[in-house]
Amino acid sequence: MNEKTMRKSRWQTVIFLLIIIVLTYLSSAITQFNFIDGMATIPEAVGWIFSNLMITQESLGKLPKILEKLNETILMSIAATTLAAVVSLFLGLFGSKTTKINNFLSVFARFIASVSRNIPVVAWSLILLLSFGQNSVTGFLALFVGTVGFLTRAFIESIDEASQSAVEALKATGATYFQIVSKAVIPQCLPQMISWILFMIETNIRNATLVGILTATGIGYTFDVYYKTLNYNAVALVTFCIVIAVLIVDFISNYIRRVIL
Amino acid sequence: MEATYIRRKNDGRINIRSGNKVDQVVRWTLILLTILTIVAFIFFNYAGLDLGSAITETANNLKVMFLEPALSHFNWGEATYQVGVTLGLAFLATIIGAIIAFFLSLMAATNLSNVWVSRIVRVFVAIIRAVPTVLWVLIFAIAAGLGSEAAILGMLFHSIAYLVKAFSEAFEEVDKGIFEALQATGANWWHIVKSGVLPSTFTYLLSWVFLRFEINFGVAVAMGAAAGAGGIGFDLFMASSFYFDLREVGFITYAILIIAFILEGFSTRLKSRYFPATSD
Repeated sequence: MNEKTMRKSRWQTVIFLLIIIVLTYLSSAITQFNFIDGMATIPEAVGWIFSNLMITQESLGKLPKILEKLNETILMSIAATTLAAVVSLFLGLFGSKTTKINNFLSVFARFIASVSRNIPVVAWSLILLLSFGQNSVTGFLALFVGTVGFLTRAFIESIDEASQSAVEALKATGATYFQIVSKAVIPQCLPQMISWILFMIETNIRNATLVGILTATGIGYTFDVYYKTLNYNAVALVTFCIVIAVLIVDFISNYIRRVIL
Repeated sequence: MEATYIRRKNDGRINIRSGNKVDQVVRWTLILLTILTIVAFIFFNYAGLDLGSAITETANNLKVMFLEPALSHFNWGEATYQVGVTLGLAFLATIIGAIIAFFLSLMAATNLSNVWVSRIVRVFVAIIRAVPTVLWVLIFAIAAGLGSEAAILGMLFHSIAYLVKAFSEAFEEVDKGIFEALQATGANWWHIVKSGVLPSTFTYLLSWVFLRFEINFGVAVAMGAAAGAGGIGFDLFMASSFYFDLREVGFITYAILIIAFILEGFSTRLKSRYFPATSD
């Protein structure tokens, strides 16, 4: 590295930093975010959390009800992810370069994945809420649509990556399309796919809370009710339950991942 | 490897699926997921659901949304401004998160800090990640008041957790030789970070930050809708839950979609440039 390139890279760094600073300034102006105020609220907020968000004897009485809702939410996320995985498996097979049937289906699969992924879960749940009403199916469908988009992209990538040579070998033996998929592609990609499915289940449990607040179902709704009635002890309990649930799911999926990958 | 002997089925054929641990775990995971899915469908709360009419209605709604988008409660300028607010929220949460995450990940990387500090940071990050973003925002909203402060602080937490994981993994992959070479010249810890670790991982870190920005845009939309943080998400919430104006919902969805496509295009290019081998 001679002096000239070093000077050039130094200039690049300076310009880059300037752009970041300008963008930060613009963003804080447009969102009316005051950095000092914002940072100052952190200790205040932490203090408030420790003094008010306490689980009391009284709120523990609500535990069975909360657990029931939490159960519903977790089951909903798992169901949405599993069914989405089945759909994504087909879309992924159509979309991947190695296993595509024809170009039209490939583009179609990628298009569906891209649209359903890029419209946020919030938009889906608000759209579906209009006609499906306040029940678990709305939340389920909202999570389902978003998950299909994400998993299809992940599956396409893992199929593309894994199975090129095995597919060629099976083609050479005269295997049919179905045989290639079931004997080469799926066995090879399955651990990777399961890892993605587990990741999505975790994400969906967290998203389900958000969807629940919007569609008035599951644990999100329970949280919202206590939050709006200023029952902060119950809010703390709900949050605590969600944390425990997510950590347990995290632990199980980490174990599975360690074994299979 | 365990001792090899040929397992046979009852009729004497050789069992070609010898059933190692990986296969078993994969099978059990799939069986369990299937069972849980069926159980979920049995326990769903189907209150007030008429599936047939709901599906036709949704199809109809989607048709109106996507084919006849229009604005009625605000104009183009206002829409652009609100998209700007959402982008601004996402940007601030990402950039502040990246700065904090950088220092935390120096503490979390096993080759740069001691075992206990690294463990404590990791546990801390795991707990932060377990609380959904919307709950962080709502909890902060009580203390800081509704507005951009609460939203950014809430989003900050998950950004930090995500980036600490990505950054510390990047730091751990830095070649050991670089450390040794710098230590041999008498560099202290900060020198090593500044002239060894940072230059060799910088582009990598930058791509992660951009990926997080893409995620944060979606999160910012969600926070606008669910936690009143403002921006285009809030308009989306108002249009669909208060005005029931499908044409406006369609317009807002298009706006979000366009921004998301642009961001995705950028990050795909970054990915193919800096992460040629990995898929994530």
